Amino acid sequence: MSDMTKHAALRPMRPAGLSVSRASRASTITMVLCVVIVLGLVAAPWWAGRADLRLMGEMFLYLSLAVLWNLLAGYAGLVSVGQQAFVGFGGYMLFALTMLWGVPPLAAIALSGVIGAVVAMPVAALIFRLRGAYFAIGTWVVAEVFRLVAAQIGALGGGSGTSLSPQIVKALADGRAAREALTFWLALTLAVGVIAAVFWLLRSRHGLALTAIRDNELASKSLGIDIWRTKFLTYVVVGGLTTLTGSLIFLQKIRISPEAAFSANDWTAFVIFIVVIGGIGTLEGPILGTLIFFALRETLADLGTIYLIILGVLAIAIMVRAPRGLWGLVSEKTGVDLFPLSRRVRGLDR
Amino acid sequence: MATVLELDGVSKAFGAVTVADGQTWRLKQGEALGVLGPNGAGKTSMFNLVTGTLAADAGVIRFGGHDITKWSAARRCRAGIARSFQVPQPFGHMTVYENTLVAATQGAGLSGHAAQSLCLDVLAQTGLLSRANARAGGLTLLNRKRLELARAMCAKPKLLLLDEIAGGLTDNECHALIETIQAIRKTGVSIVWIEHVVHALLAVVDRLIVIDFGKLIAAGEPHKIMNSPEVREIYLGMDADV
Repeated sequence: MSDMTKHAALRPMRPAGLSVSRASRASTITMVLCVVIVLGLVAAPWWAGRADLRLMGEMFLYLSLAVLWNLLAGYAGLVSVGQQAFVGFGGYMLFALTMLWGVPPLAAIALSGVIGAVVAMPVAALIFRLRGAYFAIGTWVVAEVFRLVAAQIGALGGGSGTSLSPQIVKALADGRAAREALTFWLALTLAVGVIAAVFWLLRSRHGLALTAIRDNELASKSLGIDIWRTKFLTYVVVGGLTTLTGSLIFLQKIRISPEAAFSANDWTAFVIFIVVIGGIGTLEGPILGTLIFFALRETLADLGTIYLIILGVLAIAIMVRAPRGLWGLVSEKTGVDLFPLSRRVRGLDR
Repeated sequence: MATVLELDGVSKAFGAVTVADGQTWRLKQGEALGVLGPNGAGKTSMFNLVTGTLAADAGVIRFGGHDITKWSAARRCRAGIARSFQVPQPFGHMTVYENTLVAATQGAGLSGHAAQSLCLDVLAQTGLLSRANARAGGLTLLNRKRLELARAMCAKPKLLLLDEIAGGLTDNECHALIETIQAIRKTGVSIVWIEHVVHALLAVVDRLIVIDFGKLIAAGEPHKIMNSPEVREIYLGMDADV
């Protein structure tokens, strides 16, 4: 028995000089680097070409989808394969609000996020009755229902879809260059905002509860965590932000159809690929995964079907060899934690 | 003294197996109650019924005057019921400190400095402070048991349910544990303690109840209960006729 134990009951007060912190040197460097990178990206419309700007905008939108899916599946344990429901819903809300009800595009994007969160509530109430694989299938069914409903909206082109009318596109900003810069900045703002929001959320008591639930549900509920409410809140937040992302995606695309809007391949399969190869359940994983996914896509997409086979094989290889993804390998080898979530008690050695 | 916990005809069965059979008993404010009974008698099930991880088929459970029978486990914890698990249930990927912080922020509803202070004090009190930054999944069995107690304490309970927390400890460790639990009692927390290490139990509790086949078969002053022939027969397996 250690001396510590022996005196524990007799000396209940802790030694002086203890503190709790989360920052580390690596995390301070990360924050500085992040600020520099973001500032550099803000200036991108002045230094990058049109094609690069468009590609980066698309990357930010995928990054935001990946960070959100990771929060849902990697932290809340809600493995959804139906997030395309919200992406497509966001796209359709943008088109409906601007074309049918005359809402200005930027207001329509913000509004679609709010409506997405509201829609996520009854969806959650319904699919939270399902568990595990049944939950996953349930989310897909919901997405299919959304797709079928969208195909019924004649005013938005029904099954064949429609394009955003030129007046609305022109109302965004004067001239094509300004519009492209604006959509780029919107995508950048969204990605930075989503990462910051998820980081903040995971560091809050809500995040602590989520991590606890992921580790042990029985202990969680016995220690006062309302599991249903915690997961519900996460699902609704992710639903709202995914909808917002969806409206931005289709602002960039300008054309929408039920097939494109509710594509399980584009908005869920690729997103899962990004998170799985990057590292599920870490904040760094989706960022690394997005970079790898786009690097592969830009170099291999010309191969057609073979490109998809390569993606599949790579995903399987990483799942087998490194279940915690490439970021898992990096942090295992180096112990680096760029976005520190864990709290450390300092001053124990004194 | 006011009644803190009251079970009134509480029953629960899984098919033909009855784990609680019309249990009726009370716990007074500040009292320490020991629970005895053979393995499989329904002691842990009784804890599950009180904490809400198991729903009662019949009967009423009252806590602090409220009917909590239909309350969720989380709500009961926030109202002041905390427990330790017989088989430790740590949040394995979180640190020891974070384990206690979950209880302090969720169960006790504290935040910021108040939560941090409580956790560090309780870790010091339970001898876990030096392991505060260790991953809970990598702790030894003894430290996992300490963490069970520490986490329950960080929920700031009015009623603490301890499930075989002394099992497997050495004499010295057991002595330290008894002192810790006595210190907890002094703060006014009511305690229900399931324990096979009878000498540890007798050092703390005011009263004993004995459960077998989900039924309350005896209740009263510890030494009287320990010496009653039916308790010795059922609990200690001493059949006078053989």
